[in-house]
Amino acid sequence: MGYTKDQLLARLQELNIDFSCYDHPVVLTVEEQVKYVGHLGGALSKNLLLKDKKHRLYVVSALAGTKDDMKLLSQRLGLGKGGLRMAPEENLLEVLQVPLGCVTPFALINESARYRGMLYMFTSKQICYFHPLTNNVTIALSSSNLDKFLMSIGKQSAYVDLEASPDVGKDNPPDLADLVPSGVPNSSVPVENVTPTNVPGQNDMPKEKTRLPDVKAKPKVQNKCAEKTRSKIPTNGTNVEKFVNDVFDIMSPLFLSEVSKKLNVKQEELSSILDGFRERAAPDLESVTMSLKNASYTARFEAGFETMLNLGLNGRSPRK
Amino acid sequence: MSAEEASAGTEVSVVGKEEGEEQQVVNPWEVSAGKGGIDYDKLVDQFGCQRLDDALVARVERLTARPPHCFLRRGLFFAHRDLNEILDLYERGERFYLYTGRGPSSEALHLGHLIPFMFTKYLQDAFKVPLVIQLTDDEKFLWKNLTVEESKRLARENAKDIIACGFDVERTFIFSDFNYVGGAFYENMVKVARCVTYNKVVGIFGFSPEDHIGKISFPPVQAVPSFPSSFPHLFSGNDQLRCLIPCAIDQDPYFRMTRDVAPRIGYQKPSLIESRFFPALQGENTKMSASDPNSAIYVTDSVKEIKTKVNKYAFSGGQDSIELHRKLGANLDVDVPIKYLNFFLEDDNELEHIKKEYKEGRMLTGEVKQRLVTVLSELVARHQRARAQVTEEMVDAFMAVRPLPNMFG
Repeated sequence: MGYTKDQLLARLQELNIDFSCYDHPVVLTVEEQVKYVGHLGGALSKNLLLKDKKHRLYVVSALAGTKDDMKLLSQRLGLGKGGLRMAPEENLLEVLQVPLGCVTPFALINESARYRGMLYMFTSKQICYFHPLTNNVTIALSSSNLDKFLMSIGKQSAYVDLEASPDVGKDNPPDLADLVPSGVPNSSVPVENVTPTNVPGQNDMPKEKTRLPDVKAKPKVQNKCAEKTRSKIPTNGTNVEKFVNDVFDIMSPLFLSEVSKKLNVKQEELSSILDGFRERAAPDLESVTMSLKNASYTARFEAGFETMLNLGLNGRSPRK
Repeated sequence: MSAEEASAGTEVSVVGKEEGEEQQVVNPWEVSAGKGGIDYDKLVDQFGCQRLDDALVARVERLTARPPHCFLRRGLFFAHRDLNEILDLYERGERFYLYTGRGPSSEALHLGHLIPFMFTKYLQDAFKVPLVIQLTDDEKFLWKNLTVEESKRLARENAKDIIACGFDVERTFIFSDFNYVGGAFYENMVKVARCVTYNKVVGIFGFSPEDHIGKISFPPVQAVPSFPSSFPHLFSGNDQLRCLIPCAIDQDPYFRMTRDVAPRIGYQKPSLIESRFFPALQGENTKMSASDPNSAIYVTDSVKEIKTKVNKYAFSGGQDSIELHRKLGANLDVDVPIKYLNFFLEDDNELEHIKKEYKEGRMLTGEVKQRLVTVLSELVARHQRARAQVTEEMVDAFMAVRPLPNMFG
């Protein structure tokens, strides 16, 4: 069941996220929304739900004045020139569970959105306006609070400069390619804990130019009781299922293209064989990977123990 | 008093109370059936647990975004207590942990022993939650003629096979009672013990005045891993964390008792998900026993041994001659290879096809057995390969009292 606006707002309050809330008649476009909240001084967002050829979904929130250049965005993601298009209405209703005109990052709270290969991209650092799952309300919150919300639902997201127009070509590889969700839609999106390369001076005035060349990904919020001495281990670096999927993702296209060339068979005919093969090999592959992981943990554990016994805390270089 | 509470005090392990009718006996130390095998409907009624229906299985599928495990699809894990509450809280974004265990009575593990562990591994992967595994070496010492050293040794040996099932060391804590009982764990044991009268424990477990006090005071040991405060190095500050216990249905009495006591000591009741019994090779009404190696497939069996055991000893529901078989078909209710395929053949379509062809006499017993041998060989080979990679240091790592920072990751 999709979240209602009230459930969402209650959840934001639980998370101590400050926001201001404005009611107005139903609006379906940014132009209409401007009439009711434009005077308040924050930045209106334009929200799109896009889909690529592999049925992965992308929620993009851009500042209202930004030009949409889907072709360029598609190239920057490494999806080719025509790789991205607007997602059909059914995706809005089924996956995000929001009505037309209501795409919003808050829809990612819904369980239906949780398991699709989904990437959220946003491009502003100040206070912004979004619909909280319904078209007759707008809420305003700061981007750090939006971050907080996204962290709480464990969603992968990225800040992207949608104004930039890098030349994507042979010498310039797609700069956003590694944001694309890996694996098959339906896998929960694990999040990397990449240290952000921060560029100072980001609290610019809400104009079209928002210089944000860095990409920041957010770590998943751990259970409270695990908060204490948190070592920053990427939570999916040791994920066996993801590893096995990655291995198949590397091998399958190579295998398909080589075999189809050599035997003069269409790739589509081979891919169903490959799928069956993948299913049959997965349990054994996962088993050996888990053995490897456990063995490597054991070795690390022994080493830590020995270090502690022989050198105590001096055995570890200071973290600060 | 709910129906569940009422049956917590009911005697469920008295044999032959009614004239002429043999009662089935199901408790942690004895499982015996009347004629026609275990009546699971009666058992579920008697114990007061719920049946796991298709809607719940579909819900699990939806929440975990992956196909439900074979054992759920085929109704092998068929009963539960409060599983829906666990699913509710999971849907809300809350956490829970898993608890299962083994009484390490023998070095040799057979496939029946692996079933709860295979299912628990699936639950760990699907829900991404931590797991505690209890090895009740003290229980085996109390009930069998073993020394303390031997019990402890068996616990460690069994731990290796358990690890080989593929548990994630970052999310799994294995402990043996002789090593771990004490501290907060013992405090909880005593709290539980104070809430259960002698009469009650006799009623639940069928103890008699001749039983030594070790047996009578054992139940709290198996009860308290259901409470997160028993593991301060894992869950400190999180006393109300819920627990889900996958187990065979004969363990239900421990947890009926635990659920009865939990609210009285300020803790949450554990939820359960329970399985049927795994049939012995020679038929539903026979027992798998360590003294008869042909009664089960062991994880140490070679492909040749598996082939021999299945071909020679697996009880067949087919007819005596090919002509009769083609005419009448097989009796799937008693056919052990079909029951085993039900547990271990992943492909639903293939299983249906085999069942249909066999029942209608077009497929012969030999072919069914051959398919089973292949399936079991793959399973056992995978286990043996993983088992070969388990070192003493790895067991130490799993059993170390250490924090698990990624346990909910």
